[in-house]
Amino acid sequence: MALRRFDLEAGGDSFAFKPETEPTIAFWLGKYPEDKKRSAVIPMLWLAQKDNEGWLSEPAMREVADRLEMPYIRVYEVATFYTMFRLQPVGKHHIQLCGTTPCMLRGANDLKEVCHKAIGKPMSVTDDGRLSWEEVECLGACANAPMVQINDYYYEDLTPESLTEILGKLQNGAEVKPGTFVDRLNSAPEGGATSLLEGDLYDGSRNAISALPNLPKDAPADPAPQATEAPKTAAPTNTKREDGKTTLIKDSKPAPKTQDKPETVEIAAGEEDDLKRIKGIGPVNEKALNELGVYKFSQIAAWTPANVDWVEDFMSFPGRIEREDWIAQAKTLATGDETDFSKRVDAGEVESSKDEGDE
Amino acid sequence: MSDDLFKLNIDGQEVEVPRSYTLMQACEEAGAEIPRFCYHERLSVAGNCRMCLVQWHGAPKPIASCAQTVGDMRMNPDGTPPNISTQGDYVEKARNGVMEFLLINHPLDCPICDQGGECDLQDQAVAYGRADSRYELNKRAVEDKNMGPLVKTIMTRCIQCTRCVRFAAEVAGVEEIGMISRGESAEITTYLEESLTSELSGNVIDLCPVGALTSKPYAFNARPWELRKTESVDVMDALGSNIRVDAKGDAVMRIMPVINEEVNEEWLSDKSRFIWDGLARQRLDQPYVRKDGKLTPANWGEAFEAARDALSAPADKIGFVAGDLIEVEQAKAALDLARALGVQNTDCRPAGATYGADGVRERYIFNPTLLGVEEADALLLIGTNPRKEAAVWNSRIRKAWLWNDLKVGVIGEAADLTYDYEHLGDGPDALKGLFNRDSEIAEALRNAEKPMIIVGEGVLAREDGEAILAAVHDYALEIQAIKDDWAGFGVLHTAAGRVGALDTGFVPGEGGASTATILGGGMDAIVLLGADEVDLSKTGNAKIIYVGSHGDAGASKADIVLPAAAYTEMAATYVNTEGRVQMTRRAVQPKGEAREGWAIFRALSDVVGKTLPYDSADDLRAALREANPVFAGLGYAPGSAGVEALKENISSSGAGVGSGAFTATIGDFYMTNPIARASKTMAECSLQKQGLETEMAAE
Repeated sequence: MALRRFDLEAGGDSFAFKPETEPTIAFWLGKYPEDKKRSAVIPMLWLAQKDNEGWLSEPAMREVADRLEMPYIRVYEVATFYTMFRLQPVGKHHIQLCGTTPCMLRGANDLKEVCHKAIGKPMSVTDDGRLSWEEVECLGACANAPMVQINDYYYEDLTPESLTEILGKLQNGAEVKPGTFVDRLNSAPEGGATSLLEGDLYDGSRNAISALPNLPKDAPADPAPQATEAPKTAAPTNTKREDGKTTLIKDSKPAPKTQDKPETVEIAAGEEDDLKRIKGIGPVNEKALNELGVYKFSQIAAWTPANVDWVEDFMSFPGRIEREDWIAQAKTLATGDETDFSKRVDAGEVESSKDEGDE
Repeated sequence: MSDDLFKLNIDGQEVEVPRSYTLMQACEEAGAEIPRFCYHERLSVAGNCRMCLVQWHGAPKPIASCAQTVGDMRMNPDGTPPNISTQGDYVEKARNGVMEFLLINHPLDCPICDQGGECDLQDQAVAYGRADSRYELNKRAVEDKNMGPLVKTIMTRCIQCTRCVRFAAEVAGVEEIGMISRGESAEITTYLEESLTSELSGNVIDLCPVGALTSKPYAFNARPWELRKTESVDVMDALGSNIRVDAKGDAVMRIMPVINEEVNEEWLSDKSRFIWDGLARQRLDQPYVRKDGKLTPANWGEAFEAARDALSAPADKIGFVAGDLIEVEQAKAALDLARALGVQNTDCRPAGATYGADGVRERYIFNPTLLGVEEADALLLIGTNPRKEAAVWNSRIRKAWLWNDLKVGVIGEAADLTYDYEHLGDGPDALKGLFNRDSEIAEALRNAEKPMIIVGEGVLAREDGEAILAAVHDYALEIQAIKDDWAGFGVLHTAAGRVGALDTGFVPGEGGASTATILGGGMDAIVLLGADEVDLSKTGNAKIIYVGSHGDAGASKADIVLPAAAYTEMAATYVNTEGRVQMTRRAVQPKGEAREGWAIFRALSDVVGKTLPYDSADDLRAALREANPVFAGLGYAPGSAGVEALKENISSSGAGVGSGAFTATIGDFYMTNPIARASKTMAECSLQKQGLETEMAAE
């Protein structure tokens, strides 16, 4: 952290809170007794920074001290302690670039390069006064790393390209919508969910306990969950204590029979279909299917429910084939038609459907 | 075990201490020495240096003993007192670690550091430091800060103990020093590097455990082990702060406070501390006699001849005026000579003042004692600005205000005193009906167990001073400020020599004239005993004999100059405002041909044929004790001992209570006496202060 000093020249001689800030100031002052009003120093400095184009000038700090009847040095201590109080002018859009470990691992250093190129040194302001940047510690959006905060909003899942584009737009006065910059909702997985996909997680069928065991008798019992279909497996427990012995309970579902293994074909190299065009099949699944001898859409389209059960068991993802409807997708693709997903795969937009060797 | 005591086993020794003690105090009670940097017994506990770690057997980690209250500790599981070790491998290892961290960023510049030789870090590094450093990165460097003309900063040496920050906020009462930024960037500074405005700022130099804050005037002057240290008494104000004068050869190199809980605790005002360069400038080092309108050097013989001629005037045309810094011995010798010559025109008070003539000591001393303010529950200051007149005592008022909830009222100048007070009025009018006045402080004084009323020089120097004193005394009786064990009425003087001179009876004799009359023209000869603060413009044709140490207002007006020793150059008696008799000691020789004041008058008495009956200072002091037994009680302040005399009403002979605001007696804190005016350091401070004040007035 570099030395932090007031930019006295840029700060000028005076500062006044905006009239519209006064109610907020009154709110903060109202939270503390009159003789303890110095407790409001941090929110007051924050408001002063907001009213002073994003940085805290020396007159602004003095105004806060005067309002709170604090010695200047005490407010100065607070203002210099918290690095989010900026003591030098910043651009209209101040970029706080997270450089802490998760963002750093996901490419924050490349984003820093972009800022260096587009703006200059940290805390320097572009000539047009629009942009400035600094590196900050974790902003708590690690799931969306790498990210930056521009003024009050987060811009997430950035690449050097998307950040360059954002900076360019901001510099040209255009607005940029905050949030993630890849195909996902907030922090949800890109391209849809990849885990917790089992249908019975959501239909209540796993919830075998209908009443709490220690509930008093006269207490109203919870309404029993409405199962839409019979539970496929027993309650999610794997041990049963009896007479001090512990025995593993075998899965009640009968083992799939070998004869339900889907038909296999032998094909020449190059003749196989790109199974990844089916939503739900990535490079790993494709490889596994190929090892089973499944290469063609038509093969998947011809699977019987018994085949599906077998494959699901083999690849240990019960229910997924049915839910993602591989068979219907395969039928469409086998005829040469396209699905929405396959179009995106063909356009190269789906990261998880690319071959490992592609990048 | 009593409820408010707590038993501890410290290094195998059982001690019982009050529950409010810190563990560090308890360890010291047990005779253990605990190293520390941030802890200071007169400041709040910060607990940030971690040097005072001790082992509490059973605790998972070493304990910072300064921040651990004994009452919060628990017994051992078997009910025995907690075992503390202040020595041993565990403690040693912990402290070694702390020391290594402290030294990571501390420069190795001891050879050029003024703190060298009296540096806490240096001393403790000997005990706990490593022989080498394991730190291979760059040390941090910190910009030096401006803190004004007195405090020099080398901030790279700072170990962030924050003693100076706490001192400024708590004791000095001016929140000007702070720690800015954080972590590795943390720095101690004043706000935007403005100069300190406190009158006590020099104390941060003593507080600083390293060489980050050092004395600017003393920079690179001497090493502590080269200095001859003499304990003495300060004369810059009437408090009689205890000081240590450090001298090298013939020069005073610096002045430090000596702890005296009853007077100055361990603080010293900036004027007292940094005056010493004035002791070497503008000195009168040989006698002078005015010839053809010009002061020309002379020898003692010639000067005494001229003085004899001047003193051959009729006795009622001769006046003796004593100045602010006069020591008791000189006053006694001069007074004896005057009376021997039949001169009754003798005065030691400022022009116009009429107090003290009745010889009742309790009416002109500070009866409640300086320490008494810590017991008092309400304080009324009349015509005084203690921040300027008695800066060290002002910090004690602040302490009482801060911790004892002392209520303070002021009549007179409404200055910034570093604590809150109720301003009752500017002049004597405010005294009228004060008892029944509907105000918080009037009520507090009325109901106080130990009310304290202090009258300042701003009252005493007035024509109606005695009448006001009488009125205030009446009020004091009214609110029962004067009872058998509490004398809550006193006078705060500004001049170190005043009480002593009054004790010798240096007031007009039978039919004698007072200062204003003596200096108002009509005299043939005037003897000034270091009197420079008086108006000398109307003395007419009187021959002026000036006895003093510095060439100032008096000497420039004089016809005969007799050089005297300054307070660091003689063993002399001073009586502080409380009536506490204290002795200075000779730290250096008098300059040139200068002599001790009493010796000059003893020699002069021989020349004029009225030889005084003492040949040595000891004889003189024996005579002093005989004349006034108070001089026998060295270091003792009478306090409430004189309460009987105080209970009598003061009858004011002079004019009734006038009107008009009390004026400040001290305009410029740094320029109150000839020594201060000769000091470059004080001149710088004064300019600095004026700069500050004009700047503020302009806003």
